[in-house]
Amino acid sequence: MFAAAIRSASPLARLARPAAGLVRTPTLAAASSLQRMLQRQVSGTSAAQAVSAVTPPTPEGRVLFPGATGSHYTEKMSFNRDPKAMSTYRVLDLEGNVIDPAQEPDLPKEVLLKMYKSMLTLNAMDLILYEAQRQGRISFYMTSYGEEATHMGSAAALKNDDVVYGQYREAGVLMYRGFTIEQFMNQCYSNAMDFGKGRQMPVHYGSRELNFQTISSPLGTQLPQAAGSAYALKLSGKDACVICYFGEGAASEGDFHAALNIASTTESPCLFFCRNNGYAISTPVKDQYRGDGIASRGQGYGMDTIRVDGNDALAVYNAVKEARRRAISESRPVLIEALTYRVGHHSTSDDSSAYRPKTEVSDWIKQDSPIARFRKYLEKKGHWTADEEAAFKKSVRSQILKEFAAAEKIPKPSLDHMFTDVLAGEQPWNLKEQEAEMRALVKEFPQHYDTKDYQK
Amino acid sequence: MFARKSSPLFRALRLARPSTLRYRSYASASGTPPPAEGFMPSVATSAFMNNTADQVFRNPELKAFASSSTKKMNLFQAVNEAMDVALATDDKAVVFGEDVGFGGVFRCTMGLQEKYGASRVFNTPLTEQGLVGFGIGMAAVGHTAIAEIQFADYVFPAFDQIVNEAAKYRYRSGNQFDCGGLTIRMPCMAVGHGGHYHSQSPEAYFAHTPGIKVVVPRSPIQAKGLLLAAIRDPNPVIVMEPKILYRAAVEQVPEGDYTLPLGKAEVLKQGKDVTVVGWGSQLYVLETAIAMLEKEIPGISVELIDLRSVLPWDVETIEKSVNKTGRLVIAHEAPVTSGFGAEIAATIQERCFLRLEAPVQRVAGWDIPFPLIFEKFYVPSAIRCVKGIKKALNY
Ligand SMILES: Cc1ncc(C[n+]2csc(CCOP(=O)(O)OP(=O)(O)O)c2C)c(N)n1
Ligand SMILES: [Mg+2]
Repeated sequence: MFAAAIRSASPLARLARPAAGLVRTPTLAAASSLQRMLQRQVSGTSAAQAVSAVTPPTPEGRVLFPGATGSHYTEKMSFNRDPKAMSTYRVLDLEGNVIDPAQEPDLPKEVLLKMYKSMLTLNAMDLILYEAQRQGRISFYMTSYGEEATHMGSAAALKNDDVVYGQYREAGVLMYRGFTIEQFMNQCYSNAMDFGKGRQMPVHYGSRELNFQTISSPLGTQLPQAAGSAYALKLSGKDACVICYFGEGAASEGDFHAALNIASTTESPCLFFCRNNGYAISTPVKDQYRGDGIASRGQGYGMDTIRVDGNDALAVYNAVKEARRRAISESRPVLIEALTYRVGHHSTSDDSSAYRPKTEVSDWIKQDSPIARFRKYLEKKGHWTADEEAAFKKSVRSQILKEFAAAEKIPKPSLDHMFTDVLAGEQPWNLKEQEAEMRALVKEFPQHYDTKDYQK
Repeated sequence: MFARKSSPLFRALRLARPSTLRYRSYASASGTPPPAEGFMPSVATSAFMNNTADQVFRNPELKAFASSSTKKMNLFQAVNEAMDVALATDDKAVVFGEDVGFGGVFRCTMGLQEKYGASRVFNTPLTEQGLVGFGIGMAAVGHTAIAEIQFADYVFPAFDQIVNEAAKYRYRSGNQFDCGGLTIRMPCMAVGHGGHYHSQSPEAYFAHTPGIKVVVPRSPIQAKGLLLAAIRDPNPVIVMEPKILYRAAVEQVPEGDYTLPLGKAEVLKQGKDVTVVGWGSQLYVLETAIAMLEKEIPGISVELIDLRSVLPWDVETIEKSVNKTGRLVIAHEAPVTSGFGAEIAATIQERCFLRLEAPVQRVAGWDIPFPLIFEKFYVPSAIRCVKGIKKALNY
């Protein structure tokens, strides 16, 4: 009895069985239902149709394995690398000419001017806040020089109901959606009017009203969150999507890969918008990744993907508009890689001359500027003149300086906000006690805990 | 593009009414970017800085190295020297992390790539879980991996690699494998303007993890000696460097090769009335607090101990001190709840219960995220430390 059991259980015994005996084993029944399943996945036929059909062998020589049902067998051994680089979609050339008239978006003059004026405003604000940090008036700042078209091109293609997740270098998107100069200044000054109550460093904006989730410094964390928000939008049947911005450096984080994959399998209407500006602080792209940029990864996750000239506001606009349509009407995530160049230092804590020659930057500015390109386009269309340019720059600069001075005068947030929002609901005992202790200290030692800059 | 000092923009800003709350500490007049690590006035004048070689070698831990010369350097230079020594003395040593190639955002790896080549000192892609896992792998096959996490606040993507992998590598394999060649450096603690994500002190998360060591140096000498010890220790070690000290702490540092012991605290100031324990830049706050107290209560005698190693920690030194003074105060920047002070307090009350004259006091960050604009109200300031010490004294 034991011998028989051993014999039938041993692989050798199984091999010794006649092949015909195998036909009736449940294993093969399972295999044929697997085949039907694969066939359904491949051909999209319904379960009912598939069951009624006579099971053919692997369709068109496709593999049987569930892991890659689109794959065909080949008897030629080959390793794949370096597929052709994905092309870069553009509408405008460097001189602001529309290359293919069919690609020119049908945008009214007001929208085009709003995009352009927002670029100039962002640029002017960057100049002033950067300098303000140098003078020690705000603690930190990050500019968006060179990336203005990615901001305005994408923002113009979105709707107010769309949810935005940013990394930190997307102030222009927020500006386009309606964040005011005053609101920017208040956040950078960490004053009492800052929506974030002065708790985060400058440039960590957020606005509930504008559907712009608050910026968080840890890189990549927003990406899977964006997928989740997109899935929720889909479940609730909203005519809206999520756009999630990130740098090509952040795309190396595990969260990036997790996000694309989960967005793909859940068919979430999420636009992953990569600003590939060539650098992550000092790290050039050659140390960041190999392969064809970030775009090539989208295909790996079964995602519609486009690479776009990020200095061409119209190309960015078209790409995001179509991506949004696909995301919502076809329930799918889309990856957009916008190629651009970080003209400024990484932040006010950085001096980029330590890792890239100054001429690299100056040559770049001469060669291509998203603002100049867009201005030439507008001028050619007769929408904008040099006089308008000069007048607008002057007025926006003085407006920013005015708001800047006003924000500086606003006191810091009240100490009342120090212990709130840790948890919703009633404060637990430890926070109650600690807050009381802190208040007693401030009262007892006013010379050490000067509160005159803080709102009462 | 960038406004110069003489530009009209600069003047326009000057004319605006200046705020009383200026970020003066890191505004630089030269136009070069200011140090991101802020500044701590009490460090420059601290008695814990060694200004002469004599002073340096009076330290019994350094006596054996008294034949070497010393050089004035700050903490980032000392860290740089430690890695330089490690790379020079161990051809299996490598140094890597985000932006490490050009010298690192805090300049700790400056010049190392030029000296040792890009195969030994290199940039990694921007992935903490990736680079720590990579380091574990190098160490697992016998190399010496010195990884940098750009800020301690950004170590969390690597939490799994550290807690579940590095820390258990040896134990789970029955000591067949280990990743003892791994050292992970990371800048930690407050800087004056870091907000939530450039200020944290996550030592207690790691102190809850059997299988790793955790070290926090207070000065250039300590940073160099402890880092070299960490690199050569047969266990994975996390070295948390208080970033505010990178430039602020300057002292004479022995040149060449030397190590300082892991797992050993150091008594910085002998005293008999109360024991005060801290680590990292908090020690300078405590030094100030003790000076304030000594002025207020003439004759008071405070013992100050630098814990140095958070894991394993030197219970013996602290126990001995508390048995002498009968009072213990612990100060750290991390939130008080489940901060490492809780562990010390629990252990000391177990061991010194009958000797304690007062409950162990903890002076620490509050249980809230580190808030930018409220930083001065958040940190365990000198005034709070004075209060805590007095509470222990007057119980
Ligand atoms: C998890 C994490 N690791 C490291 C950092 C430090 N850091 C801040 S920005 C940055 C570079 C980001 O580069 P990229 O994603 O390309 O964006 P860019 O700055 O070019 O816009 C790094 C390394 C961080 N904020 N978070
Ligand atoms: Mg980048």
